[in-house]
Amino acid sequence: MCPGDQALELCMDQSLTKSLSKNQSEIPLSVYDLTVAYHRKPVIWDVGFEIPPGSLVGIVGPNGAGKSTLLKAILNLIPIASGRIQVFGRSLQQNRQRVGYVPQRESVDWDFPISALDVVAMGLYRQVGWCLPLRRSHWKAAQQALERVGIGELRDRQISQLSGGQQQRTFLARALVQEADLYLMDEPFAAVDASTEKAIIEILRDMKKAGRTSLVIHHDLHTVPEYFDYVVLLNMRVVAHGPTRDVFTRENLEKTYGGRLTLLDEATEAMRRRERSM
Amino acid sequence: MNGSPQWIWELDGWIVLAGILCAVAAAIPGNFLVLRRMSMLGDAISHAILPGLAAAFLISGSRSSLTMFAGAVIVGVLTALFTEWIRGFGEVDEGASMGVVFTTLFAVGLVMIVQAADYVDLDPSCVLYGAIERTPLDTVAIAGLNIPRVVVMLATVAMINLLFVIVFYKELKICSFDASLATASGFHSQLMHYLLMVLVAVTAVASFESVGNILVVAMFVVPPSAARLLTDRLDRMILLSILIASAAAVLGHLSAITVPTWFGYGSASTSGMIALTSGVLFLTAALFAPQQGVIIRLLRQQRLSLRILSEDLIALLYRMEERPTSRRPDLVTLRSVLLSGDWITALLMRRHRQRGLVQSNNGVFRLTEAGRQLGTELVRSHRLWEQYLVSEAGVPADRIHDQAERLEHFTGRDLRDRLNQETATPHTDPHGSPIPSE
Repeated sequence: MCPGDQALELCMDQSLTKSLSKNQSEIPLSVYDLTVAYHRKPVIWDVGFEIPPGSLVGIVGPNGAGKSTLLKAILNLIPIASGRIQVFGRSLQQNRQRVGYVPQRESVDWDFPISALDVVAMGLYRQVGWCLPLRRSHWKAAQQALERVGIGELRDRQISQLSGGQQQRTFLARALVQEADLYLMDEPFAAVDASTEKAIIEILRDMKKAGRTSLVIHHDLHTVPEYFDYVVLLNMRVVAHGPTRDVFTRENLEKTYGGRLTLLDEATEAMRRRERSM
Repeated sequence: MNGSPQWIWELDGWIVLAGILCAVAAAIPGNFLVLRRMSMLGDAISHAILPGLAAAFLISGSRSSLTMFAGAVIVGVLTALFTEWIRGFGEVDEGASMGVVFTTLFAVGLVMIVQAADYVDLDPSCVLYGAIERTPLDTVAIAGLNIPRVVVMLATVAMINLLFVIVFYKELKICSFDASLATASGFHSQLMHYLLMVLVAVTAVASFESVGNILVVAMFVVPPSAARLLTDRLDRMILLSILIASAAAVLGHLSAITVPTWFGYGSASTSGMIALTSGVLFLTAALFAPQQGVIIRLLRQQRLSLRILSEDLIALLYRMEERPTSRRPDLVTLRSVLLSGDWITALLMRRHRQRGLVQSNNGVFRLTEAGRQLGTELVRSHRLWEQYLVSEAGVPADRIHDQAERLEHFTGRDLRDRLNQETATPHTDPHGSPIPSE
């Protein structure tokens, strides 16, 4: 896509305006009546929602609510029992290059003998295509992505020698380098240090400014109102979805967590405070 | 088996070449078996090719090697397929599902071999450890040269494996590391998996005659495992595994024809010795690997604990001089406080004396100016950390000592200054001891 290394900055700007104009008319993700079953037992049931373009969306729900399953089903990584998924108005197959995925950190073997830069470069393999080697411009793009997440100097480190936060940043860099318009992230904030959490949310906000949409599984209810402008509350079914200030209510959270919630008061309090300040 | 102990190029040259080709052919796909933690699938496949050979013969009635080859490869790939199915449907782990599949197939093979026994000369010992020594006996003429058939076959397979890994290097890498990203990027990770399994089956079948179906497992798994210990880059690992495999083949045959003669026996089984040599090479790598080797890790640990103990000795003397007690600062006291060994304490104190950190007078130690400087740094680090852990990290005061005790050995001047700033330049630690300034 990009003609040369020098033109990279310019090219990024162009793709930014391009995706902005595209996003204004297109719904990044629509899910209709999605049911996923595992051994005939439904994991998610009749899930349907749409998310608005350029939003930062949190998926919130208790353990076993089917959050990861939902992301995997959207990405066609697991078979679905019924339902339909549209990405920018078309099927995933047709728009796969516009979707980036950040899986859970535990989903891969960090002892694998590759460097941080190798992992990031994998985000470009689709662009490169079957059997062709990566060109210098690809490695440069991977290096820039590592620098953007703040660990450019760790490029040659074997990935098991990275801290948890650094591994998560590597995964994020791998997603950034794909230049996707819709990102699906499975718990990017799980078990990372405070500075990594801050760095990740900064990058998510930058992407939002550039018109990109992110769908993020999130566990810390405290930070939901601060981080996300749209939420999907999930517990096998969609309990509620919509703008955070309308949907992230005590009542909805109780429905989602079935009354088991202890952090609830604090979280709603945090939200009220934010609303008042707005 | 009772070959001459002397090296004869026309014979031993071909045997070694067959050994190298076989070991290299297996090591190449073996890297990915090891990295994907499916080494045992190589084992399962190499066992399951037995019924493939028998079935191909019983069905086609032909003993042509191509038919047998195809039959064995098909069953080998089916093993991988069945393993995956049973794991998916039966909700059992991969190990158990492999155990079910390959023992069943192996048993079917045994039954069929009994049926076919009158026609096929499948010798059980040959199944187990092959007959690489017979390599030079069966030749084909290529370009006017008489080349052993086995060498031609193994060279072809080694070439195919090498080309496959070169051409699909990127795809194998992404599919092995992160199958879901591979699928999401449009690389069919299942397809790559089964292509790899085809290669494993082909390699197992091609090696069957030379090294048998058990020893080939060593060739799949051992050189790549040894290579992994020596490097943490995939490309170097594959290259090293090829080198180790070749070395194992050469050394294996050499030791097969020489070592037993030292004890007055004839030569030993070459394939057995190749596998044994791989094991020895692996052990060597495990012991002496520069980064992850057992010995270097022990040494590193040893050095670290010695450094910590020698610093603890200085810090203890500093504390004893800071607040004089009734106890004499001699070796006995130091040992009993730090629970350190007799001679190691004496040795470290002697080194401190030689370095001018400590003076000794009738067995009683006293810090020199340089020693006090080091003691100040250590104790200052310790107490600043205690203060930091309590005031900034919220750790209860009764749990800070041990952490500070560790951290003090890894804290330089720069970090101390920052600790000092963060804790607002305290004069005492949480226990009330003064924090010395440097």
